[in-house]
Amino acid sequence: MTEQDTATRETAAQLVEAFLKQRREQIAQRWADAPLFRTVFTVSRDEAVEACKGVVDALAEVLAGGRPEDITAPEFATVREQLGHVAASRARGGATPAQIADDVAALRPPVTELLRAEFADPSGVQAGEAVLLLSVVMGTLRLVVMETALSAGEELMERQRQQLLEVATPVIQLWDGIVAVPLIGTLDSARSQVVMESLLEAIVDQRAAYAILDITGVPMVDSLVAQHLLKTVAAARLMGAECIVSGIRPAIAQTIVHLGIDLGTVVTRSSLADALAYALARQGIAIPAPSASRVSPS
Amino acid sequence: MTVPWPSRPAQVPVLALGDVLLVTLQGELLDTAAEQLQQDIAQRVARSGATGVVIDISGVDIVDSFLGRVLAEIAANARLMAARTVLAGMRPAVAMTLVELGLTLPGLATALDVERALELLSGHPLAAVPSDPGKEDT
Amino acid sequence: MEAVSRPVTAELPIGSDADLSRVRQRVRQAATDLGFGLAQQTKVVTAASELARNTLVHGGGGLMEMTSLDDGHRRGLRLSFVDHGPGIRDVELALTDGYTSGGGLGLGLGGARRLMQHFTIDTTPGQGTTVTVEAWEQGVPTARRGTP
Repeated sequence: MTEQDTATRETAAQLVEAFLKQRREQIAQRWADAPLFRTVFTVSRDEAVEACKGVVDALAEVLAGGRPEDITAPEFATVREQLGHVAASRARGGATPAQIADDVAALRPPVTELLRAEFADPSGVQAGEAVLLLSVVMGTLRLVVMETALSAGEELMERQRQQLLEVATPVIQLWDGIVAVPLIGTLDSARSQVVMESLLEAIVDQRAAYAILDITGVPMVDSLVAQHLLKTVAAARLMGAECIVSGIRPAIAQTIVHLGIDLGTVVTRSSLADALAYALARQGIAIPAPSASRVSPS
Repeated sequence: MTVPWPSRPAQVPVLALGDVLLVTLQGELLDTAAEQLQQDIAQRVARSGATGVVIDISGVDIVDSFLGRVLAEIAANARLMAARTVLAGMRPAVAMTLVELGLTLPGLATALDVERALELLSGHPLAAVPSDPGKEDT
Repeated sequence: MEAVSRPVTAELPIGSDADLSRVRQRVRQAATDLGFGLAQQTKVVTAASELARNTLVHGGGGLMEMTSLDDGHRRGLRLSFVDHGPGIRDVELALTDGYTSGGGLGLGLGGARRLMQHFTIDTTPGQGTTVTVEAWEQGVPTARRGTP
């Protein structure tokens, strides 16, 4: 960057900063109607205008601070929280990160339009420099919002992960008196606990004498998971139900043997269909053995 | 949940249903009442020649190792007098806790509720949930 | 994560069979008030029952102190069982499943340790024993439809 460039830029920065301060009210009025703010501040437009003024002030400070490209510029700190709320609120309303980015980008045209109108020659060099600088700082603002939105998203994901724990372990009634949980994905201690509780509750609710734990979709069984399976089987038995573990793939069988875990007292079957056939037979319902073509109904 | 605790051990009623004795446990059971019950059941089985004992614990919200031992001993005593004991209606939270405690009561037959327990005692002896499911085909 | 403990909220004597019942009921009430789920309530009450019985049978009686805890994120319950009995000569042995000196199943101490999140034992032969356990609200929501 040459000295000439720096000088021009400083002038442009001063110009734009002055513009932002002078036209604070008009910019805020226009932004308040933009989707980003309009869809969040649905109750009071005045509130949206106030929020927008805060953003304009922050931009002016960023320019005065001389770091228009830096998303960590301390001047952004004042609006970070506010924009975080706005973005999080949009995200809750179903907006994707891409949409939120577009929303922020949509703030640029109204303000550049106002800036151009300040110049006697809107297509002159001075106007061009000023608009470019404003675009740069607006681009930085967009990154700041995205970053804030993403970290808010992480919190949301953590909450959803917890809710998923419950949703991801559906207990299905397969037959009168037979329930099953098809387990999919990694089983950790917390999830195993939820599985155990859901299954035992279902045994009571459905008066199920047979409960099938299908682990076809479980990628790995370590000694902790095996312990949980054994505990679930033991608890079901105390309640008067028999548990069958199905879908033990060869690799998992090897791991179980390798870990020295004794599944000796647990009824196991290779597939969910076999487990169901076993439970039906125990209830005195005879069915033909599943043929090879219909071993796996999934 | 402010049930007043009994000042003296409450008597647990033992009902005779044909050949089967039905014992219904409710809420708090003092240690002395549990031991009293154990003796009562042994006497009743001996006197009546009952072939089965059903202990309904659906109304019991905790089973600790003491009560667990009493239940196991009731079953063991009854077996000596040729009567089978079925524990019916254990709550999920109680079952989970007992397993965590290390008390799996391997010698006791279990059933989901009293109705199933009675079916089990009147029906085919192998209809029971096996205490050792690994040998279920024998 | 320093737990802030409020003053001892209750002190219950353990001197008789009926006291054990009182301990179970008070602990159940406290666990319910703290918002513990049904499964955890049951575990805490069962552990309390085991430990209180130890205090009565092996320690010749004593008392239970109950304290509610709060570390800023979660709430918990601390229970201390204090006796001035003969003490435990070999703690490791006493914690082994199946070991018993009192005619029970020998699952009391070890079982209580598995049911709770923190377990400490302080014993001096001839002086007495204090067993302290803690249970904390579980972070994971538990699947539950009503209470039976």
